[in-house]
Amino acid sequence: MSGLQFEHVRLAAGPRVLVADFSLGIAPGEIATVMGASGAGKSSLLAYACGTLAPGLAASGSVRLDGIEISGLPPERRRIGILFQDDLLFPHLSVGANLGFGLRAETKDRRARIEEALAAAGLAGFAARDPATLSGGQRQRVALMRALLAEPAAILLDEPFGKLDADLRAQMREFVFAHVRERKLPCLMVTHDSQDADAAGGVLRTLENFA
Amino acid sequence: MALGVVPYLTLALFLGPVAAGLVFTLLPAFGYLPALGATQIGAHVFARLFDQPGLTGSVALTLGTGFAASLLSLGIAVGFCAAAHGRPIFRSAERLLAPLLATPHAAIALGFAFLIAPSGWLVRFVSPELTGWTRPPDFASVGDAAGISLVLGLVLKEVPYLLLMAVAAHGQIAATATMATARTLGYSPFAAWFKAILPQLYPQIRLPIYAVLAFSLSTVDVALILGPSNPPPLAVLAVRWANDPLLDLFLPAMAAASLQLLLVGGGIGLWRLGEAAVARVARPWLADGARGAALERTAPVARAALIAIAAINAVCIAAMALWSVAAAWRFPHALPERWSFDNWTRAAGRLAEPAATTLSVAAAATAAALVLVCLCLENEQRRQRAAGPSALWALYLPLLVPQISFLLGAQSLLVRLGWDGTWGALVWFHLLFVLPYVFLVLADPWRALDPRYAKLAACLGAAPWRVFFTVRLPLLLRPILVAAAVGFAVSVGLYLPTVLGGGGRLTSLATEAVSLASGGDRRIVGVYAFLQAMLPLLAYGLALAVPALLFRHRRGLR
Repeated sequence: MSGLQFEHVRLAAGPRVLVADFSLGIAPGEIATVMGASGAGKSSLLAYACGTLAPGLAASGSVRLDGIEISGLPPERRRIGILFQDDLLFPHLSVGANLGFGLRAETKDRRARIEEALAAAGLAGFAARDPATLSGGQRQRVALMRALLAEPAAILLDEPFGKLDADLRAQMREFVFAHVRERKLPCLMVTHDSQDADAAGGVLRTLENFA
Repeated sequence: MALGVVPYLTLALFLGPVAAGLVFTLLPAFGYLPALGATQIGAHVFARLFDQPGLTGSVALTLGTGFAASLLSLGIAVGFCAAAHGRPIFRSAERLLAPLLATPHAAIALGFAFLIAPSGWLVRFVSPELTGWTRPPDFASVGDAAGISLVLGLVLKEVPYLLLMAVAAHGQIAATATMATARTLGYSPFAAWFKAILPQLYPQIRLPIYAVLAFSLSTVDVALILGPSNPPPLAVLAVRWANDPLLDLFLPAMAAASLQLLLVGGGIGLWRLGEAAVARVARPWLADGARGAALERTAPVARAALIAIAAINAVCIAAMALWSVAAAWRFPHALPERWSFDNWTRAAGRLAEPAATTLSVAAAATAAALVLVCLCLENEQRRQRAAGPSALWALYLPLLVPQISFLLGAQSLLVRLGWDGTWGALVWFHLLFVLPYVFLVLADPWRALDPRYAKLAACLGAAPWRVFFTVRLPLLLRPILVAAAVGFAVSVGLYLPTVLGGGGRLTSLATEAVSLASGGDRRIVGVYAFLQAMLPLLAYGLALAVPALLFRHRRGLR
């Protein structure tokens, strides 16, 4: 079975239940959306999927990627990419080296692959640049390319457009969604913005706030 | 997992010698030292200790100078914070103070001794024109019986330390917002700081304050240079007796070191009671509504006091630099009459070995401390659980327990194991004092690094160690190098651990400078003291220059 499946996921911080019982199947190329108030456990759900959940949180249930249970794997072996609201480009590396960080070590023609990714982001020739000299939108595009170069089998979006202004937001959304669909990646997006959900066109879930 | 062992290894490496050292100080103090034929356990060694002439005076001097130096230092540091908060000078204090903090106690004390001596710089500047003195006047301004010069020498070094700690602690409380609130309620800046900030800030700097008190009560190198010699402070007495070749006073030395432990423990306890008393008295004052406009007039005094301390520190180093290149500099000339580099070339032969030991021990102890601290913090990060307050107390232990009280015992243990005077033992002794500082400097920036960088790297397929080496270490390069410079500076400045760890066979710039000080050739002392003062500054320079160079095209890391 291909895609990303959540089954009966329950997340709790001590007595406080963050996510009671979350089940959802996301097909390849589908962009599902989770909405909900702040503190409703949306980001924890993504952290649970990619394996970076804080140790204080108790989790049960399962996540399967293309039919394989991944909830016991360390994050680096899950092949689930994530984009945050902040681009989190490594400030000590050039733009090209940031992309190189995402590229797997065994990849040949690294330089060509990096140039290709930059061209796809409309940033041809930016490899040697300092990330701090790029605009917000440019940085976010590099961040997406870095995630995609790692060849993930699924991708998570944690309010990825939250910090962009309205114009840029629509553009970025289109850019990210196009790449996700082109690569047929199952995608789970967390957002506050119903326009994001409309544009995604996939399943929409709302998390209850148990707090 | 192997990484999980590192915190325990670290604790064992630096608490082990402290604990073992204390045991081997206390046992002889209570009459048990078979190597010297002492097997009768009891308080008779203490009885002998108290029979020594001058002991009461020594204890009184220790307590008087220790408390005076600590209170004065805290007063100036706190006063400056109150008077300067929100001003440009407060923001630049951190940058100005770091180099002051780096200069070793001995170098500053030697410079200060020259500054205030009857034949010193202050007198020379006004002689013979104002004073008529063509020969040095006859008064005891260095090593005065009351210990005033000792107190002032300690204050010179302790104010920058406390102030840096206080400035850093402002970041942990909402200082700017609190000040703004108090100011809009009509409080003068000085009163606003004392009433709104200090009560929150004090608990944050309590441990550094105790460390200052412990150091002031038990300093040896500063006391040897600036303190009275008869009677000297208790710690000096203990070192003097322990090194007596006759061994007759060895057991009383151990008893004195044990008494020193009691003085520091009791001193900290007394200070704690003082804190409670001050808090009680001040509580009504905090809420009495007085806006403190009158208090504001003292603010310029507090700012001036700090500037004076910074200036005196600089002058002390300048004095040593001048002496190191003076061919002739007789009283009452304010500047050398003839200049030459002869002092350096003459000293070069004797200088090489202590300089090499200083450098190699500082480098090794700093490297070891960095590796241990980085691994401890990495372990903490992976478990996502910060070390609790008990770990902080453990870290401060070598800074709170008087050096003499555990180092004498640790040294006798080294002798028993045949390790005394070895390079490895010396590095280990230094590690005890370097490690806490490296940890304290590095822990906050490490914990403050956005954890999402590591999570994101993991989601990109990077295994934990790759994240450590390619993400965390480069992002933290600047604080890592600053921590290294601090560790290096601490090591270069260590006197007593070098004397006792080196077992007389290994000497450093610190031990040579102090022992030459009594010889009286200021030109040679100047060479040693100036070099000792320059090494930490060079380390700081490197710590700032290397990331600036490596990351010159990375604006996000500036």
